[in-house]
Formats: sequence, structure tokens, C-alpha cells
Amino acid sequence: MLVQVNGKELEVRAPTLSALLDELGYEETVVATALNECFVRAVDRTATPLKSGDAVEILVPRQGG
Amino acid sequence: MNNAPFRLYDATLTSRLLVGTAQYSSPAVLAAAIKASGAEVVTVSLRRESGGNRAGESFWSLIRKLGVRVLPNTAGCRSVKEAVATAQMAREVFATSWIKLEVIADDDLLQPDVFGLVEAAAILSREGFQVFPYTSEDLVVAERLIGAGCEVLMPWAAPIGSARGLNNVFGLQALRKHFPAVPLIIDAGIGTPAHAAAAMELGYDGVLLNTAIAKAGDPVAMAKAFALALEAGRLAYCAEPIPPRDMAEPSTPQIGRAFIDLPRRA
Repeated sequence: MLVQVNGKELEVRAPTLSALLDELGYEETVVATALNECFVRAVDRTATPLKSGDAVEILVPRQGG
Repeated sequence: MNNAPFRLYDATLTSRLLVGTAQYSSPAVLAAAIKASGAEVVTVSLRRESGGNRAGESFWSLIRKLGVRVLPNTAGCRSVKEAVATAQMAREVFATSWIKLEVIADDDLLQPDVFGLVEAAAILSREGFQVFPYTSEDLVVAERLIGAGCEVLMPWAAPIGSARGLNNVFGLQALRKHFPAVPLIIDAGIGTPAHAAAAMELGYDGVLLNTAIAKAGDPVAMAKAFALALEAGRLAYCAEPIPPRDMAEPSTPQIGRAFIDLPRRA
């Protein structure tokens, strides 16, 4: 299915947000996630299904002012 | 002397300088500048990973090694919804309830959207966040932010990155006098150590800055200069500066001056 990940359209097979992180190689990385502009806690990712057209944000710690 | 401990929510700090971590030429310079600044709190953000080089991971590892507290920001957020979601994500990743809340209104001045700011502050305070709002020097907005649960206020000195110093000294003084017991941190617009010292002489509790150190020719030396300026400014405030006068007043005593009783010659 086609989903938006960090603003880019991607064809993915993952049925859940947790599976998407695995599919994209984020397994061990500290990330924060949002689905359609709403925060999804790490503990809820396995139970968060993805559907075509969803917008996913995967964010990491970065420099800030 | 009115040198009460510097408290921000649950933390008692020694350094009154808070520094940003962006725009440094390298991670090594960033680390050296933070150490030289003596800052115990640094600001960080959440961003999309770019380039697949896991830069986020190495940055976070560097910050953790420095042993400082982090103050995550919601920089660039344009709506209450964005700011709240970003704060929630930051709390999970950085394991802190502190959030530097920014809701930005416009591109030219990066001015805070104070209406959205108050709304977001209320939501986040109810969710247990300890909110550090990036605001203007407006007293009414400050009242609303405190009503929304903020125990610290962070008024700007001037637009972010402008290096213009204290744009509205009267407004900042009024804010300080109106809220004598609320920790007030100047956030944004500081260009030189003199600006930071001036803020501290007004009785501000601390200063948060980024660009003035990161983009200086020698960021490490500039970080040290800011640390000294804050210390000097705070000491001066506690020592109660004399008020300005319109006319001169001789500092050397007039009594006993030679020739004082002789008639003046043309």
C-alpha cells in the first residue's frame, strides 16, 4: 500500500506502525512517531494499523535552539 | 543581596545560561562550547532523519555524554495541534516533561502566536508538561500563560537570530516588576555578552541563546564570554545599581578643594 513517510510517498507492506519501523530499518533507533498528525506512543505502535494514504512521521533527536 | 537559588520547575541550577545546540560547525565545537558556557540546560529538537546516516543517534549520544539537562523545543510549529503533538513526541524520546513551547506566527519575525501559545500551554500543562513558553513581553499574555499553568516565562529580547539585543527595555522591565516571583528567561535576539549582561541587570533570571555562540568566529571563547557576562550582570543586579541622573554629580568631594573660596576669574 502507498503511505506517506516523512513527507515522501512509499510503497510498503507493513500492516502496523511497528512493522513499518522494522521494514524501514529503524529497529534499534530512538524515534518518535505520529500518524496523521497525532502522536503514537512507542507502546501503541504494534496495535496501530496502517492503511493506504496514511501520513506517518518518524522523528529523531536533533540540534535545536 | 537578592541572590535566591535559580529554580526552574523541579530543578535548582547553578548556571543561569541556557544554550541551544544548533548551527555549530561540528559536534566537537558544539561539545566544547557547551562545556565552556557552563550551561546545565541545552535545547534540542525533533526532526525527520535525513540522508540515512543516523545523525540523530550520534547527536543524542553526544548530548547524553555531556550530562546536561535537555529542554526540547517545538520550534517551527505553526499550530496548536502541531505543537502539542511535537511536545508529546519529545517527552517520550527525551524522557523529560520540560518543553520549550513555540507556536510561530509569521516568517519575517518568527513572532510567537500568543493566542495559540496560551491554548497549547493549557493543554500541555493539563497533560503534566512543565512548559517554558517562548513569548513576547506582553503583560496580558504573560498573565494568561501563568493562568494556563506556566511557572516560567521566556520573553524574547528581539526576533530569533537577529542579534539585536533588548528591543523593548521598558516592556521587559515592566514584565520583571509585574512578576517579581516568576522565573523569567530572555529567549531569542541576544547578539553579544553585553546584551545578556543588560538582561541580567534588569533582574532577569537567565538567558537562553544559540546563534550568538554557534555562529561566532570562535564559539568556544564566545560561550565563555557569555558565561562571564551573565555572572557579572547577575552580580550587578544583586548589588543594586545606582539610578541614572540627567545632570552631572561630582564624585570627588568638593569640601577641602583648593582655591574654592577664591573669586572666579573670567
